Amino acid sequence: MSLISAKNLSFDIDGKAVLKGVSLDIQRGEIVTLVGPNGSGKSTLLRLLISVLKPRQGVVTRAPGLRIGYVPQKLAIDGTLPISVRRFLDMPVRVRTNLAMAALERTGVAHTLHQPIADLSGGQLQRVLLARAILSEPDLLILDEPTQGLDQPGSADFYRLIEELRNERGCAVLMVSHELHVVMSASDRVICLNGHVCCEGTPDVVSAAPAYRELFGTGTRGALALYRHDHDHHHHDASH
Amino acid sequence: MLDDFIVRAALAALGTALAAGALGCFVVWRRMAYFGDATAHAAILGVALALALQISILTGVAAAAVTMALMIHGLSGRGHSVDTLLGVLSHGALAIGLLAVSLVPGSRIDLDAYLFGDVLTVSRSDLLVIWGGAGLVLGLLWWFWPRLLTATLSPDLARASGIDPAAMQLLLTLLLACVVAVAIKVVGALLITALLIIPAATARNLARSPEQMAALAMSGGALAALGGVQVSLRLDTAVGPAIVCVAAGLFALSYIGGFLRGKRS
Repeated sequence: MSLISAKNLSFDIDGKAVLKGVSLDIQRGEIVTLVGPNGSGKSTLLRLLISVLKPRQGVVTRAPGLRIGYVPQKLAIDGTLPISVRRFLDMPVRVRTNLAMAALERTGVAHTLHQPIADLSGGQLQRVLLARAILSEPDLLILDEPTQGLDQPGSADFYRLIEELRNERGCAVLMVSHELHVVMSASDRVICLNGHVCCEGTPDVVSAAPAYRELFGTGTRGALALYRHDHDHHHHDASH
Repeated sequence: MLDDFIVRAALAALGTALAAGALGCFVVWRRMAYFGDATAHAAILGVALALALQISILTGVAAAAVTMALMIHGLSGRGHSVDTLLGVLSHGALAIGLLAVSLVPGSRIDLDAYLFGDVLTVSRSDLLVIWGGAGLVLGLLWWFWPRLLTATLSPDLARASGIDPAAMQLLLTLLLACVVAVAIKVVGALLITALLIIPAATARNLARSPEQMAALAMSGGALAALGGVQVSLRLDTAVGPAIVCVAAGLFALSYIGGFLRGKRS
């Protein structure tokens, strides 16, 4: 059976439909990437899956005992809250220091152990968040635009790390991304979202699909078109 | 020992400062200062209600503070205009309260006592209320600490760990109302926010972990409370402002201390 499955999810913000009849299944061990323009409901869908939001319609079913490791889009820690990386990994459940250290080593940021979270760079923070997520030994990693604010080599490294983690641990990965050109190669399956599921399949199938090309253009394999919203779909800002 | 009004005053100030110090950290971390103001100002309206309905002041203040806290809780998370709306609620409640107190027939109460506190007149039963309330606040903060902290760091992370951030927000809001009800006799409605914010801000200059910050805020608050009572006795001034002055002095020292240690403020 699938790890998590959503059936016919609909969600409104201020009376406007952000998601309409979205269904998806995540199988053990696969890497699934959600792509779609701004406001297409990607973050909303993730938040429905981790139950931050309740769908207006539809159901989310999880495999019994499913452990989810969640990496949020950003972590806006108020500068007035003094908290070190070590202490952060204890939130909300304390972990042994050797485990914390091993997780940080795995994500390549062991040297930040005693640094205040507020002093980390964007890339370091993402890796700390990833370390926290893998500490719970998740069956499913959910990442919401994990490489926002990283430069290209940085995000390529990050996606490589995700792929390695999947290969080592066999956990499934569901992530939202803007960086199609990087993500496409690392994904087993791509779901193109724009309020509804426009198309889905292997990266090759999706990048050739008419619906995908309509959303993202063709010439650059979609890499550029994301930043120019010259398509005529409606925009609802659902990422907040 | 409790027969001495100075001892009672010191104990009352101490209990209030400990609860306000610990809760104040969350007020600072979550930027709830305006919430504190609004809840405290509503307390004046509560005083007027209590006089009009001839119920105990404590009941009136607690009821008004909780009502305001729940209203604010309902408003929060509804976008950017909340700040303005809070300002309207906060000062509206204060002004209506001030008018209402003077309109209640036959009342010749000393409004200053509720605006600036009147800790030298606390009775044994006041002490019981203050320490009971402070104990409740500290106990609940202790019990919910990991959950409150996670929800403060990131509501989404909290939710993904099975914690309800809205429930944590509600808890903090109600604790705020509790501190207001406890503190009004000590520092008065106008200075309660100071007692919440200043010790926590002081602690921030020195602390390296959330727990350290809470402990330092409580210690700093306690020091300010006892020092403030002393100062007011020496100079024969109101106690509430004296406590806040000492707290502000400690903040200045901690700021310099943090600066000398080369730490970000």
